[in-house]
Amino acid sequence: MRRFATLLDRLVFSPGRNAKLRLIQDYFASSPDPDRGWALAALTGGLAFRHAKPALVRGLIEERADPVLFALSYDFVGDLAETVSLLWPGDETAPVDPALGEIVERLTRAGRTEVPGLLAGWLDGLDPTGRWGLLKLITGALRVGVSARLARTALAGLSERVAVDDIEEVWHGLEPPYLPLFAWLDGRGERPAPEATGFRPFMLAHPLEEAALEALDPADFLAEWKWDGIRVQIAAGGGRDGGAARLYSRSGDEITAAFPDLAQTLAFEAVLDGELLVIRDGAVAPFNDLQQRLNRKTVSARAMAANPAHVRVYDLLFEGGDDLRPRPLAERRARLEDWFARAAPDRLDLSPLVPFADWTALRELRAGAREAGVEGLMIKRKDSAYLAGRPTGPWFKLKRDPLTADCVLMYAQRGHGKRSSFYSDYTFGVWREAALVPVGKAYFGFTDEELALLDKWVRDNTTERFGPVRAVRPGLVVEVAFDSLHPSKRHKSGLAMRFPRIHRIRWDKPPAEADRLETLAALAEG
Amino acid sequence: MLATAETLAIMAARYGDAAGREHQALAYGEPLRIGQVTLTLVPAGHVLGSAQVVLDYKGARAVVSGDFKRRRDPTCPPFQPIDCDVFVTEATFGLPVFRHPDDAAEIAGLLHSRALNPDRAHLVGVYGLGKCQRVIRLIREAGYDRPLYIHGALETLCALYAGFGIDLGPLLPATGADKETLKGEIVLAPPGAANDRWARRLPDPLVALASGWMRVRQRARQRGVELPLVISDHADWDELTATIDDLPSAEIWVTHGAEEALVHHARTNGRRARALSLVGRGEEDGEDGEP
Repeated sequence: MRRFATLLDRLVFSPGRNAKLRLIQDYFASSPDPDRGWALAALTGGLAFRHAKPALVRGLIEERADPVLFALSYDFVGDLAETVSLLWPGDETAPVDPALGEIVERLTRAGRTEVPGLLAGWLDGLDPTGRWGLLKLITGALRVGVSARLARTALAGLSERVAVDDIEEVWHGLEPPYLPLFAWLDGRGERPAPEATGFRPFMLAHPLEEAALEALDPADFLAEWKWDGIRVQIAAGGGRDGGAARLYSRSGDEITAAFPDLAQTLAFEAVLDGELLVIRDGAVAPFNDLQQRLNRKTVSARAMAANPAHVRVYDLLFEGGDDLRPRPLAERRARLEDWFARAAPDRLDLSPLVPFADWTALRELRAGAREAGVEGLMIKRKDSAYLAGRPTGPWFKLKRDPLTADCVLMYAQRGHGKRSSFYSDYTFGVWREAALVPVGKAYFGFTDEELALLDKWVRDNTTERFGPVRAVRPGLVVEVAFDSLHPSKRHKSGLAMRFPRIHRIRWDKPPAEADRLETLAALAEG
Repeated sequence: MLATAETLAIMAARYGDAAGREHQALAYGEPLRIGQVTLTLVPAGHVLGSAQVVLDYKGARAVVSGDFKRRRDPTCPPFQPIDCDVFVTEATFGLPVFRHPDDAAEIAGLLHSRALNPDRAHLVGVYGLGKCQRVIRLIREAGYDRPLYIHGALETLCALYAGFGIDLGPLLPATGADKETLKGEIVLAPPGAANDRWARRLPDPLVALASGWMRVRQRARQRGVELPLVISDHADWDELTATIDDLPSAEIWVTHGAEEALVHHARTNGRRARALSLVGRGEEDGEDGEP
């Protein structure tokens, strides 16, 4: 437990992706089975303990700490697990370091009344970091900034022969503590077999500059709309091996539980690549409506009726047991259309091909593509196999031009790592009457030279400091580019930008001439 | 100015003429009669030269702890408990959540992080007086004998400590070194330096900070610290309460920090205690480590 707690502790403080990868890899490489497998399960959200709840933890500390001292401490620290880990009157003369496997096994078997005693025993013998890690582990709220995908990327780093996509492909057929997986990564065992009609790693596209288009032959490509939803994969086993249909996001995480309305209609045996959308009365609803349904463990009947989920299908990876991925796209497309006509699934439709004569015609189509639901155009080589990852050459995305707004810099926050001495995260706003109201935050889009100038400007124009954040006088206009704008209850301005980035610094523009909230509100979709 | 010789030397080095004109050195344990009061300085274990003040007057004894700690420090003699009638204690870390871990384990964490990140410089924020030199000694005790790079603001006091016989090993100025040289090295600087433009000379700096405040994660994260090192020259909760237990006759006056919790603790344990608010002393701010 102590090593895993130390890992969690280090992850909390390490903002950089590479720093996190190194920490996780170091842990996996130097920890025994099955502990590292249980750690992997914890990091990827695959562990849950029924009887361990925050109220139980609170009850335990109230039996052991003076109420005044607990109140003063909790008030100062602000986090229950951390307060308890520091206040707990441990017994340093009898240190314990329970293995993760032991903790998981005993907590899983224990009844409700046995859990408090078990937990107290471990807390007594651990050090504060160990206690904190244990409490985070059992209450299921790690919050250490590690996605399941990042954890799997770290795993891939254990072996030179294995890429993260290889792991993704077998991942969903495995269970904690993942012994066959680690055996394979260590070179002690065979690659675990992927599920017959299970998840397969996505094929991704590169963005394409317009100028580069001319070097390509339009006759080699198919074009289709890039829909503004989220990329998903349907892996439907047709009831074989008791396998229900499952939905996976691009990061390889299963999201079936949030979409039972969709999942229960998928009574076929195939693996499909498509775009998850909310479709009402035949029209694609704004992305914002889809967002209401994302990241949920359960979903109400009302939400399902208000925002019905559909998938617009791009590609067919498996039909029955046939792996079509090595076949050329043109052939897969024909099989897809044929399959779709026969299967006629309720909540699915086909993403239509977009006919075009030459690149000029395609560019014109793209320029007109600002209607709801379309994010841009995809072009794909007709002869392309379906390959894991982001190969260079076969698929490209032509994104529509971004929207822009002239905003006034309001706050700047210091960055991390390489940027820890720079004010590099910018909050900007627009005018509502005579006051600025924040509309977004961006930390990229500028060059290193511009960053140095922005940093200097922030330091020279600071009006207030709040820890790592500085408020600045309303004196600098930045042109912000963003993909779209949506109503949001979480933001004071009532608007939220997608993918905001600093497009240009308008050193020349007087702040009074920056955009007004009404202007932005008119651009909002949905 | 009445102080130990070490403290007088430190004040002269730090403040020059502003340290006052008249200096009188008093060794630990050497009584000094001032009117009807006898004054004695006793080691406080805080930093080099730090002292508690023992005041004897007509059979009554008061002890003012000043800043102190109880754990071992390779750069100064240990705190010596003197039973008394009134004990005025500091309480910088006067909350039971502040329990400083073993400092050797913290240093081991620093060295492990260095091994994991050979392409980055580890920038360790340290208060210039005491913390800096103690951290250096702890790094040396862990068997690390490479040169340590130090910020210019730390040079004077490091030289002074070395002059008092505290071996800090090879120290090099960080300011002249180029980026490539500093990859994988440990650089010590005052706590604020990580946010200064000065830090841009370092290769992808991994920011560490040695302070008792690092015990609380949210506090460390707010400061943008990537590697918190819980190392303090102030007594933690266990040291504060143990010190009260070591002085069974004393009434406890608590000042300089979180008075409320420590007064509550002392009273709950049947001791007379009260908060003493010193004029002009606010809450100890964690912003720049701990003086």
